[in-house]
Parts: sequence; structure tokens; C-alpha cells
Amino acid sequence: MRPWLLRRLAQTAATLLLALVLLFLLVRLAPGDPVATMLGEDRAAAPEEVARLRAQLGLDRPLPAQFAGYVAGLARGDLGTSIRYQRPVRELLASRLGPTLLLGGTVLLVNFTVGTWLGVVQATRRGRAADRWLSAAAVTSYAMPSFWLGLALAWLVGLRWRLLPVGGFTDPLGEGGAADVARHLVLPALTLSLASIGAVMRQQRSAAIEALGAPFIVTARAKGLGERAVTWRHAWRSALGPMLTLLGLWLPLVVTGAVFVEAVFAWPGIGQLAAQAAAARDYPLVLGASLLAAAAVLVGSLVADVGQALLDPRVRA
Amino acid sequence: MTPLLDVRDLRVAFPGPAGPCHPVDGVSLALDRGETLALVGESGCGKSLTSLALLRLVPPPGRIAGGHVRLDGADLATLEGEVLRAIRGRRIAMIFQDPMTSLNPVFTIGRQVMEVMEVHGLARGAAARARARELLVEVGIPDPDARLDAYPHQLSGGMRQRAMIAMALAGEPELLVADEPTTALDVTVQAQILELLDRLRHERRMGILLITHDLGVVAGRADRVAVMYAGQVVESGTTAEVFAAPAHPYTQGLFASVPRIHGPRRPLVPIPGTVPPPTDWPAGCRFAPRCDRRAAACDAPPALRPVAGTHEARCWLAPEVAR
Amino acid sequence: MTSLLAALWRTRDGRAGLVLLGVALAVAAAGPALLPDPRAMGDLAAGAQPPGAAHWLGTDQLSRDVAARVAGGMRVSLLIGVLSVATAALAGGAAGLVAGYAGGATDAVLMRLADTTMVVPRLFILLLVLAAWDRVPLAALVLVLGLSGWAAPARLVRAEVLRLRGAEFVAAARALGAPLGRILLRHLLPNAAGPLIVAASLGVGDVILLEAGLSFLGLGVRPPTPSLGGMILDAREVLATAPWASLFPGLALVAIVLGTTLLGDALRTALDPREA
Repeated sequence: MRPWLLRRLAQTAATLLLALVLLFLLVRLAPGDPVATMLGEDRAAAPEEVARLRAQLGLDRPLPAQFAGYVAGLARGDLGTSIRYQRPVRELLASRLGPTLLLGGTVLLVNFTVGTWLGVVQATRRGRAADRWLSAAAVTSYAMPSFWLGLALAWLVGLRWRLLPVGGFTDPLGEGGAADVARHLVLPALTLSLASIGAVMRQQRSAAIEALGAPFIVTARAKGLGERAVTWRHAWRSALGPMLTLLGLWLPLVVTGAVFVEAVFAWPGIGQLAAQAAAARDYPLVLGASLLAAAAVLVGSLVADVGQALLDPRVRA
Repeated sequence: MTPLLDVRDLRVAFPGPAGPCHPVDGVSLALDRGETLALVGESGCGKSLTSLALLRLVPPPGRIAGGHVRLDGADLATLEGEVLRAIRGRRIAMIFQDPMTSLNPVFTIGRQVMEVMEVHGLARGAAARARARELLVEVGIPDPDARLDAYPHQLSGGMRQRAMIAMALAGEPELLVADEPTTALDVTVQAQILELLDRLRHERRMGILLITHDLGVVAGRADRVAVMYAGQVVESGTTAEVFAAPAHPYTQGLFASVPRIHGPRRPLVPIPGTVPPPTDWPAGCRFAPRCDRRAAACDAPPALRPVAGTHEARCWLAPEVAR
Repeated sequence: MTSLLAALWRTRDGRAGLVLLGVALAVAAAGPALLPDPRAMGDLAAGAQPPGAAHWLGTDQLSRDVAARVAGGMRVSLLIGVLSVATAALAGGAAGLVAGYAGGATDAVLMRLADTTMVVPRLFILLLVLAAWDRVPLAALVLVLGLSGWAAPARLVRAEVLRLRGAEFVAAARALGAPLGRILLRHLLPNAAGPLIVAASLGVGDVILLEAGLSFLGLGVRPPTPSLGGMILDAREVLATAPWASLFPGLALVAIVLGTTLLGDALRTALDPREA
């Protein structure tokens, strides 16, 4: 197991590096001058100002040198400086990491457990009323714009019924107490969950149907096992491995959805930061956030693979 | 004496575009303790469905639409829930064609064998493991202790099938249904598995229902044989009777298409045409369109008529065409 | 084609998808004829009006007819969706073809690139491009949206090419002197078309949601071009007093994406009966 794990880690690091190259190129090859963008409409800036800024950003060096500089910085933990905030990108990202992990973690947990359970339920009642209703709910969730759902819930629960706060969570360290954090977490987490659980349900339903259709399920029934044992001991257990790998497929969905949900509820996470940064043309910050997003997806993928190796003996061979 | 297994007029229905069709259409079989009955036919004749129907394992949307399945006199078709589950694996056990896909890949062999004992309350824990080990020895698996903790993919094809047989025996069944147990195996291994089944049958006085498409498998191993075509039994009798003088044109066609090593060289004679699908069966004799001896009488569906002794055939021309 | 439509109509998903999309297309197309001018601002003092006789879906805070704007937004969404997916299919398909045909290093490099693209969530790629580039006209936005999704079609086409390469009839045709390239092209399209169409249908929904989200964030489609996401953004400030201004654009989005997704599901079932 160990050599496989090391190889996988090396693969992950290599992919992350490649992603960095890709993102870096996207930025640097963009039409238009970043400096002009930064200075905005103020075209009357003196050439020395422009030159100074260019030198400061390292834009006067050849492309490979720029990239090497960035990577070197990365090794030191330096992700560049935010144009808008004039603070290190790393610092900004770190300050927002907590709320993002809290929101993301909660949603992932809920989605995986509830989504998987519902997917299996659908598979066992395939074709019947429960399956059809759940399928309809799943596809509606899949088609739902997360930001619209967020606004709808904010309006209904926050403004109309006044049950929960909408936005205003400015306390990333949770000094206001766990209850306060929880109250603020409910709506964004509920929104993101509802908007992304559909994808999970659909995938898990397919995986479960495939597992339930396997010949060894017939064998299990022929041995005299009851339906519950057949479903939850044999089918689910053998599908768990493939279900876990699906994590790699819908993790990007949660990461993406978090951007919109955080914007709607003013949740101080990395998603909101990325959205504001993009609007402000603060590309170093967006670059940093994108790298982090890619890293999250890769880690999720890695965890899923490790999980599958632990669960499915055929993979370990 | 009541036969161990008594199937009468079994019918299995599946919904079709133009109303239900019956891939198993009035099948009757009888099997005694310690006897092997071979159910022979091509793919699509309904033999596998028949075997699944015995344990009420017909995959939805199919369902049993008529007939009786009696085990020692008790009708299985009327049983439900707990009672039915008590029969599965315990009084009737089943082994399947491809042990690679019929064994759960994420559980060890030992676990899967012991599961049968646990489910039926025969043994638990260490006692179950000891018993499982004995079974592995009985089916001829070397190094049983290691094999108990092995996963299916770590065993060879022949070993996997032996493991499946061990799993089937764990419930001490009276009847073993073997659906093409050797089809997925090498020829040399086939012989070993059939040998094993024979031995177990004698030692345990089990009845074996052997489903196969291979006449060679039937020849040395089965006491009685039933030939199926298009959802019906078209010929049945002792192996000696049927092999010596096949009465139904389909059976004769089957024998003619088997290449022989000994004797004069003769061309292989395939049966022209293809098996009709259950949704599109001819109104009269279902084999008539492919038969070279069809007559006007064949427009009416024939019933099983006696030929000699226990030998029966579903053909109007049967007594005359027996060679 | 007609037989495919008939097959789709027979399934519940297909029927729902066709109906939803049909209605969406009809509204988008007939909008300008039947509805008031979306840019016309009425009596500003009156503010946002709830749905009524004069304005079927109400007006927003600038007294513009919501129904007309929704229709306009739907047109833009559908256009962007279809064009982006077409771009992705063409670019990705070409890449997949090259990768599968050339093999070796070219294939390895292209697949590595595809993997890398898939690792970064598409939204972030778009955010980065929109942040770094100077001005993004609509055409460029469609191009970027499309290209950001090149990896999936590329994989699909490549898999099909590899499968065909190993097929016996290809070896036979080559033995008769037919060039490999022509064989692949002739047989590739019919074989890959099915999965590509399914992927495209599902992809349109993703793109439309992405574009709407970007517009909601103030990026993406800029006024005066109407966009459903932009409408929801505008309506946010009057959420408490005029919820219909955000309700209907959102419903339109859901309807369109539901339509394409259900259609995609039905297509998948129709083209591969083992599914569902």
C-alpha cells in the first residue's frame, strides 16, 4: 500500500504544479495590460509610475523568469500581494480558511450521508413512486441556481419569518460562541446543500443500481438473506468504494457553489473573497484562491482513492 | 414416494410490448433424492429462469404466473417472507455460472461461507469458521486456512467454483440447483467439478438439478434429462432412454450437431433458423418452423406424449420418428 | 431524427424536457412580439409593481416589464449555452481526435492537460480570466466558457477513437488499403455522436448556470444586454418589497436547466437502454 500511496501523492503534487502553470499562463497571456487595468481609467498616469508598477509586479521580466519567481515565492509560502488590499495573498486566504472549511465541511458531510442514503433508497425502490419523486427532487436540485435559492431562503426564513440571520457573520474566529456561529451557518449550509445534493443523489443512485444488479446479489438472496441484509450488507458495501470515488466528481460542485452562497449570505469565506477579487480585477488574489480550490479538489480525489483502496480489496492487489 | 422436487405447469410471465409473454410456459419436472436431473437447452429457452423460479428469484418485472413448485410436498409458490427465506440456502441451495461475479468481491471466502450458517442459525463464530474450513476441505480446496481469509479475486476459476459449492453446502441442502456450473471453466476443471458434484450427491443424498447447454456434461452425470425449447419441455426421460433414441426433432438436431471423435466422419448438421423470442412464439408446435419433418398436424400445439418407459416427447410424429 | 424525438416523447423525462425547452424557446422567440419593450422604463415614481394586467410578471424598481426582460434574458442564456457547448464540443472533439490518432507523446501531453483543466473548478478559471483580462465582450465570454469545458468532450472522443482503432473492421479496411485517418473520421462521428449529444445536453445546463452566476456576481454578461443572473442581482436590493423581480428570472433559469437536463437524461436512456 505504501509505495502506491507515495506514487499517488507525487502524482497529486505534479498535477497541482501543472495547474499552477495553466493558471499562471491564463493570467499572463491575457490581452490588455494589467497595470493599465489596475490604474483604472486614470490614463494620465506618468510613464515612470507605470514603469515602477510594472517593475514592482515583476512584469518587465521574461515570462519564464516571472514564473520561476512565482514558484520560488510559492516554496516560501508567498503567493503574491493582493492589489486591492495591499496585503499578502496568503494572509488573506488564511484568514478566510476557517469559515470556508466550516461551511464546506458541513455541506460535504450532509451531502454524502443524506445523498448516499437517498440514492440507495431510490435504487431499492427503483421505478416506484418514491424513486420518481426523489428523482424529480434530485434533478430540480441539480437545476437550481444556488444564489437564487439562497435569496429565496433568505427572503423567506430571514426576512419574512425572521427566524435566522441573513449575513452579518463577521466573526471568523467564532468568539461570539458556537451558538451564534451555528445560527449564521444554517442558511448558507442549507442552501449549498440543497443546491448540490441533487448531483450526489443522481450519482449514488446509479452506483447503487449497478451494485444491486450484480450477480452476487442474486447469490445473496439465494442464500436466504433478507432484503435489508442484501441491500445494506452486500450491495452497499460493495458500492461504497465506487461511491467514494464519486466524491471527486461533486466536490468541485460544492467548491463552486460555495462562491455564490458565500456572496449571497456574506459568509466570510474564500469563495466570497474570490468573487470580490474578480470584480476588483485583483488577479493575484484570484490566482491564489484558484490554486486553493484546485488543491481542495485534488485532496478530495486523493482521500476518495485512499478510501476506496481501504474498502475494496481488488484495488489493493 | 413423493419426489423431492415436483414442478407442475410452471409459468413465468414478463410484461411485453403486446401483453405479457411467458418465457417459461408450462414446465413440469420431477426429481428424487440422490438423483441428478439435467435441464438442457440453448440460451433463451427458459432453463435459467426455471431454476430461478424454484427459489422465487425471478428478476422483476418478471413473476411466477402459474403452476406449482413442491418441495417434499410443500408448495413453495405460496410461501412468503421468513418462511421462504428459511428454505433458500437451507433446503434448496443454488450455484451459478460465473463465480467471479456471483461471489461478493469485498468479502472473504470464509465470510461468505459462514454467512449461510449464521443466517440459518446453524453455527456462529469459531464453530462456523471450523465448519467452513471442513467444507473447503470437502470440496477439495487445498490450504483451507489461508483460503478462508482470501478474497474471490485471489483464487483461480476452479477454486472459486469450489468455494461457491462449499457455500451452497453450508446450509446442508436437500436440493442443489446448479446453473451452468462449468460453462465458465476450462475443460479439465469442468470434469473435476462435475466429479465433485457427483460425489457430494452420493454422500449427502442430495438431489441435483443441473442446468446446462452441453450434452457432454449430461452424458456421464445425469440420471434423467429434460430438454427445453422455447419455454417448454420438449423431451424428457432417463439419460439412457433419451440418448439411445431421441424422439423429438430438436433433440435429434442437437445430437447431430455435436462433433464426434470416434466413428465415421460426417458433416456437422446445424439446425437451421434461430430460437424464436418469447414475444413471438409460433401458434402451433414451436419448433415447427425449423423442423424438416413438419406436417399439417404441427399447426396444433402438441402435448407431451409417451414414447417408451418414462420417455416422453412433445411431438405429433414422435413414436414414428424415433430411430 | 423524428424517430429519436418520438422515442424521447415516450419517456416521462423526455416529455417533460421537450415541453420545458419548447416553452422556453417559444417565450424567448416570441417575446419581442408579444411583450412590451424590455428597456422601456415606465413611471419611475411608481416603483416596482406586482404582477398584474398591464405587466404579467410585474415590473422591477426601474419600472421595466419583468416578463419582457425575462424573455430577453432567456434568449441570451440559451444562445450562450448552445454556443459555448458547441465550442467545447468542437475544440475538445478535435483535441480528442488528435490525441487518439497520434498517440504517444501527443496523446500523453493532451491528456495531462485535460486532467489539469478538470482539476481547477471551471468557475475559478472563469473568475481568473475575467479578473485578468481587460474587457470581455460577449463573444469572448462565450469562447472562454466553451473552451473551459474542452476536457470532457476530448476524453469522450479520444476513447471512441481508441476503441475504433482496435476494432477488427478497421484492421480489415486498412488491409484493403484505406487510410487510417479517413476510416476513423467516417466511423467516428456516428459512434461518438450519441455520447457527445448526451454530454452536450447536460453541459448546456451547467454553462447556463455558470453564466447566470457570473452575471449575478457582476461579471459575465454586462448591461444593457439582458441576463437572468443580472436581473436577480438588480432585484436583490428590493428583495423585501418586490420579490417577484427575482422570482421569475430564477424560475426561468430553473425551467431551462431542468429542460436540458431531463432531455439529456432521456437521450441517454434512448441511446443506451441499459441506463436508468
